[in-house]
Amino acid sequence: MTTPDTTPGTASTTLPAPRGRTRTAPRAPKPTRTATRRRAGAWTPWLYLLPALAVIGGLLVYPVYQLGLISFLEYTQAQVSGGEPTYFKGFGNYTALFTDPQFWQVLLATVLFAAACVVTTLAVGCALAVLLTRVRALPRLALMVAALGAWATPAVTGSTVWVFLFDPDFGPVNRLLGLGDFSWTYGRYSAFALVLLEVVWCSFPFVMVTVYAGIKAIPSEVLEAAALDGASQWRIWRSVMAPMLRPILVVVTIQSIIWDFKLFTQIYVMTNGGGIAGQNLVLNVYAYQKAFASSQYSLGSAIGVVMLLILLAVTLVYLRLLRRQGEEL
Amino acid sequence: MTSLRIRRPGRLVAEAVTLLVAAAVAFPLYWMVLSALKPAGEIQSTEPRPWTLSPSLDSFRRVFDQQEFGRYFLNSLIVAGTVVLASALIAFLAATAVTRFRFRFRTTLLVMFLVAQMVPVEALTIPLFFLMRDFGQLNTLGSLILPHLAFSLPFAIWMLRGFVKAVPEALEEQAQIDGASRTRFLWQILFPLVFPGLVATSVFSFISTWNDFLFAKSFLISDTSQSTLPMALLVFFKPDENDWGGIMAGSTVMTLPVLVFFVLVQRRLVSGLGGAVKD
Repeated sequence: MTTPDTTPGTASTTLPAPRGRTRTAPRAPKPTRTATRRRAGAWTPWLYLLPALAVIGGLLVYPVYQLGLISFLEYTQAQVSGGEPTYFKGFGNYTALFTDPQFWQVLLATVLFAAACVVTTLAVGCALAVLLTRVRALPRLALMVAALGAWATPAVTGSTVWVFLFDPDFGPVNRLLGLGDFSWTYGRYSAFALVLLEVVWCSFPFVMVTVYAGIKAIPSEVLEAAALDGASQWRIWRSVMAPMLRPILVVVTIQSIIWDFKLFTQIYVMTNGGGIAGQNLVLNVYAYQKAFASSQYSLGSAIGVVMLLILLAVTLVYLRLLRRQGEEL
Repeated sequence: MTSLRIRRPGRLVAEAVTLLVAAAVAFPLYWMVLSALKPAGEIQSTEPRPWTLSPSLDSFRRVFDQQEFGRYFLNSLIVAGTVVLASALIAFLAATAVTRFRFRFRTTLLVMFLVAQMVPVEALTIPLFFLMRDFGQLNTLGSLILPHLAFSLPFAIWMLRGFVKAVPEALEEQAQIDGASRTRFLWQILFPLVFPGLVATSVFSFISTWNDFLFAKSFLISDTSQSTLPMALLVFFKPDENDWGGIMAGSTVMTLPVLVFFVLVQRRLVSGLGGAVKD
């Protein structure tokens, strides 16, 4: 079925390749892309892909496999130093995890906190994107520049600055609000609120810039017609812009979910490793603390696997949405 | 346009709000730079003022003297620079493969690249730690470069796809007719055309690498001469007495390169995102 020069298992199997043609012959009836590509030899794309696949395979796929493996082993400090043999533990780590009330508490906190971050970021980003379309160039530039600055700020420095801003002794915010020496990081909810503010501050610019670019791509006649028909700004957003921006909104929502679910640096730096008695732990920090602070590597890996599975589920939803939009990969 | 002209007072309110929001968004960065420039006495004041009459570089001096900040800065730059260059080249080749060729498993690969982006980097710290240990890479900059390269590639490939696709097929055929070899077409024609996209993509790999905190914290355990900026910054965090001047000066030094990078590529970034989203 295949011509001799193509190795089995390449694109030609899906196409009715005419027999007996030389590989350089142009395909008269239907000059598809495939036909022109085949001249160079089917191995060319794989050659181009080789470095990428080697790096990703070695440092991403293999570690994922190892993560899964370690989560089924007994692997603590004793095994790392070689004092005790490593042994297969089956679902032991998972049983330990699922019977630990702290795990469920952390999981719940992670989901709720990520949801709060995503909703706030999207609301702020979309509202400001709409606002940007209604102002002249100068205020628009001011907000764009400020937003780019927040976007560019590294998570670590953003965290340190926000902690300083809300510092009970020397911070300007408490002074401004007349809160005295109220400590934001002491209480569980105020600490989460502080982290949420920082997260929204550094992640709304991505939403704003992307949605703004999307709105700009909507033909202005559509918006003008809606405005002339007397639609309010909210109505225009809900009934005209949002449906037209759906593909973009799906992308930024999914990206936000993934980013906020994986938060690490902000929580770690701002609440000093998960807050007082671990009250501000999220899954990522929890896994890190289990693995590297208490040397329970296998338990930390099991938490990692749980996270991986949740994010995989989000990805599958994303792929389905993409496919429904008829996007060609 | 017309609707805007009808509601003039509305627009003024909107512009006032926009400027206010811009000021609020910029305030943390302003405060960071301001605090870095304040003399020690003013930072420790319980009546913080939004200006300073006697700016000093003491905090910066202290940071660079005490902590070998210059060295950490250089380390961060080496790691981020290597990742950016390597990932741009590798991603360019891979993106070309998945857009200009049809081959079996192409869609599978694309889905794999998408899924790979979702893998929580932090969860892999544990296996990567053992991998780096087995290869004797702990306490070296390589232990940061390699994982970051792997983690930035899927997104870079995914994003570059749109840019490669935008180059007309006819150009390639034309080049072939003119006798250019495939390699020559790749590097002398396609590469320059895709370059803006490469720049936009490299912002993301640069930022994620530059900001990395977890890998540096986990893999550079004992050799502080290999430390990178985020780690150095946290040295100034002390349980009882934070040196806020030092922290803010360090934060400023760490934020500046990213800001410069952002401003330089800002145009391409926005159009690049548009391309990636629309694609």
